[in-house]
Amino acid sequence: MPRSRSIAFKLILVFTLCSALIFSVILGYNYYQSRMMLEKELEGNARNLAMSLVNRVETVLASVGRVTEEMAFFLEIGKYGERELLALLRGTVERNGHIYGSVAAFEPDVFCVATRLYAPYFHKGKGGILLTHLERSHSYLFRDWYQIPRELEKPEWSEPYIDQEKGNILMTSYSVPFFENRDGKRRLRGVVASDVSLSALTELVSSIKVLKTGYCTLSSRNGTILTHPVKKLIMNETFFTIAEARNDAGLREIGRKMIRGGSGFVPFKTLTGVKSWLYYAPIPSTGWTLSVMFPEAELLENVRTLSMTVAVMGLVGILLLAVVVVILARSITTPLHALAAATEVIAAGNFEVNLPPVRSHDEVGILSDAFLVMKESLKDHMKRLTETTVAKERIESELKIAHDIQMGILPKIFPPFPDREEFDIYALIEPAREVGGDFYDFFQIDDTHLCFVIADVSGKGVPASLFMAVTKTLIKATARKGITPDKILCQVNDELSSDNETCMFVSIFCGILDTSNGELLYANGGHNLPLLVQPGSGVSFFPKGGGLVVGAMEGSVYRCDRMLLAPGESLFLYTDGVTEAMNLRDEQFSEARLAQELTALRGRPLQEMVKVIMGNIRNFAGDAPQSDDITMLLVQYRGDNSNHFLAASP
Amino acid sequence: MKGFLRICALTALAMLLLPPVSAVAAKLEKASLILLWSPQAQFAGYYIALDKGIYRKHGIDLTIIPGGPERSAADHLRQGEADFAVLWLTTALQQRAAGAGFVNVAQIIQKSSMMLVARKSSGIKTPADLNGRAVGLWGGDFAIPPHAFFKKYGLRVREVPQSYTVNLFLRGGIDAASAMWYNEYHTILNSGINPDELTIFFLKDHGQSFPEDGIYILDKTLRKKPLLAAAVARASLEGWLYAFDHPGEALDIVIGYMEQAKVPANRIHQKWMLERMCDLMLPTGNRQEMGRLKRADYEAVGQVLRENLLVRSIPDYAVFTGEAYAAQ
Repeated sequence: MPRSRSIAFKLILVFTLCSALIFSVILGYNYYQSRMMLEKELEGNARNLAMSLVNRVETVLASVGRVTEEMAFFLEIGKYGERELLALLRGTVERNGHIYGSVAAFEPDVFCVATRLYAPYFHKGKGGILLTHLERSHSYLFRDWYQIPRELEKPEWSEPYIDQEKGNILMTSYSVPFFENRDGKRRLRGVVASDVSLSALTELVSSIKVLKTGYCTLSSRNGTILTHPVKKLIMNETFFTIAEARNDAGLREIGRKMIRGGSGFVPFKTLTGVKSWLYYAPIPSTGWTLSVMFPEAELLENVRTLSMTVAVMGLVGILLLAVVVVILARSITTPLHALAAATEVIAAGNFEVNLPPVRSHDEVGILSDAFLVMKESLKDHMKRLTETTVAKERIESELKIAHDIQMGILPKIFPPFPDREEFDIYALIEPAREVGGDFYDFFQIDDTHLCFVIADVSGKGVPASLFMAVTKTLIKATARKGITPDKILCQVNDELSSDNETCMFVSIFCGILDTSNGELLYANGGHNLPLLVQPGSGVSFFPKGGGLVVGAMEGSVYRCDRMLLAPGESLFLYTDGVTEAMNLRDEQFSEARLAQELTALRGRPLQEMVKVIMGNIRNFAGDAPQSDDITMLLVQYRGDNSNHFLAASP
Repeated sequence: MKGFLRICALTALAMLLLPPVSAVAAKLEKASLILLWSPQAQFAGYYIALDKGIYRKHGIDLTIIPGGPERSAADHLRQGEADFAVLWLTTALQQRAAGAGFVNVAQIIQKSSMMLVARKSSGIKTPADLNGRAVGLWGGDFAIPPHAFFKKYGLRVREVPQSYTVNLFLRGGIDAASAMWYNEYHTILNSGINPDELTIFFLKDHGQSFPEDGIYILDKTLRKKPLLAAAVARASLEGWLYAFDHPGEALDIVIGYMEQAKVPANRIHQKWMLERMCDLMLPTGNRQEMGRLKRADYEAVGQVLRENLLVRSIPDYAVFTGEAYAAQ
């Protein structure tokens, strides 16, 4: 889904697709479950239907069986002549509606020596019960109805047959052998058989309607079809010939189960190719099989119709949902579009645009409200910003001027005393802001005395710069011929600490170098210890000692120390902005690193030394902002020797 | 080739005795043929030749008389109620030996199609296993090949007369049944018994090669109408070949006759029968040999009949096949 599509499009797509998917899953599941339930139910229904039919068929066949067996029993134990026998047979046919005809057939020479064979047959015919003597037309001995029970010595239902003489009636016979006991031996006397017309039974089976086009069939022990809606199949086909014609091994297997008296419920394709379910069950007395065919399509018709209706309803529902989503999406996107248009106008700087009216109090309403508030706030803010900017610009301009002034009061020209060979001096200041609290200064008190100062005022910015200017002026005013650095600091301290309401103070290192002999007098008012750079032996910090910071307490006393500089030796003075310069990892530049750098730079020109250290501090700090003013002052004593005079004299 | 030679010889004889062929062709000669049984694919060739006008093409207006349990083909032929009959070689040979003037004009089935079928579950695996068992046998000449088989293996079986159905066997009333490969065997299979559940003894595989169906004529008819005999033989064989080449159409025709005769008609069963007839009529696949009665087969059958005291002497092959008449 492209990201640039509208919310409405995305909503419709997501909503309809999701609902269609959910709906399809539910519908499919419902169909599947209904089908399962139906099939489960069907098996029960099929069994019930088949069993009730089986019972009805069985009742008829069993009654015939019972009557025939009773006749056989009588023929076995009773005493009877031809008259009694004929009466028995006639009576049986007369009194049993299901029996078409009955015969008592005897083994050769058993009943009547004259005819050898004897088989009187009473059967229903035109005009009542007729008697036929079967032995007169053919030998019955090798007919199935006689021979099979004779060989098996047990009652047997014959394979159904079509009796053409009786008008193409489908018949079956129940034959019961009867015996006599003579000399302790059981000997067959004959077979009594009853013919049953199957027309009533097949009509009963055919008349059962199964759904719309389903049907019941009856098949024999050989699998021969006895009833079927397709009349041509009756007595012509068996399940096995059909299986062979269809090359259907599964059907043959079903047929084999049937003839073995099995029952089952299986999917089945009818001869006309209709997908069906087949339930089959045996008819106990004859070993025949009753099958019930349920066309699957009809079975599932209601489920299908229901599913189709639900599907149509669902489709309409989804379409309605899509329409609702469109309307909903519009109600959201229309004010959003208006807001977007208004925003563009606002972005162009026009705060006088009218925002769309807030109609609802939903998220879009809240957003519109917020927009309105934002617009007003922006408007105010812009106004204030304009004013602030003007004020800030003014202050910045003033600070710039202040910076220039501050820098202007520091000696900036190097070398400052080009005509003096016995010493050299170089200084550098880098304020952290426009104006700073550090300063340095140097001036000659007389021809042979150079006073130099480095100081760091507490705090930063404008107050510090003003305090610095005062301090610098005070020091310059105090330094007179013959004064020592400690006296300078005492006097400046007294001046600064009286009426010092801001409680500001300053650390000062002040030194006076006798340029004629290298004697250095110095006093330290709480300032970082300077370093002595000796070309021969290296770099060392001044010994510790000194007084309190200047301006903090009135009446502070400072000590004056003395040191003799050899020619070529230098003093390196600095403020804490140098050693405490930080990099991004919060590491300090440190005094040790400073001493190391200076050691490496020994003997180089002063300006180069200072600039290289400054460069190294910048490199060390990297992108970390400068937090404090950085000030360095380097004073070198070169010695007052004859060369001075030689050089000085023109 | 010999079968055809014989037909040619018969034709040559006819040429001498009868008016020219054109005159015969113009006027159809009436003739009747009785079959061994009711309509089925065992007789497809004759019904197809009749239905497709092949007999008419050969100048014959043929009437087919279906056989059946109530109607003996041999009796019909002997008594002159039919001009031609389809008979087993054993029947015809015995009739000839007994003085009836039966002449073979074409031998249709070359091999014995008879078999004994038993359930494997009854423990019958070899011919010796049949000893003492109940075996279903058909009456008359159908019993001759099985008897020869029992004799060969020295078997004493309880012979049970077998009816036209195989139900006695299916119900377990007998241990083994007689069956025709093209008919009862397939019926047993299509009553739900699988081939692997059966032990079968093909009599032809046990040295009992009894050629079965053949077309016969009385010698006196042959003398009068030699051309007719040749034409019926030729037309019948042509009908058979047509049936093998167009089995679908042949089955339609046969089933039509079966329905007409109101006998149960099962197409797949008739299809099996027609295919087996092809196997039995053309065992080598050589169509040139079709219709010929081999002297060796004839003499082998004669030998068995003599051994079983069914004939005293074996009639002359040339007389039996009509070659003697052609040579006269």
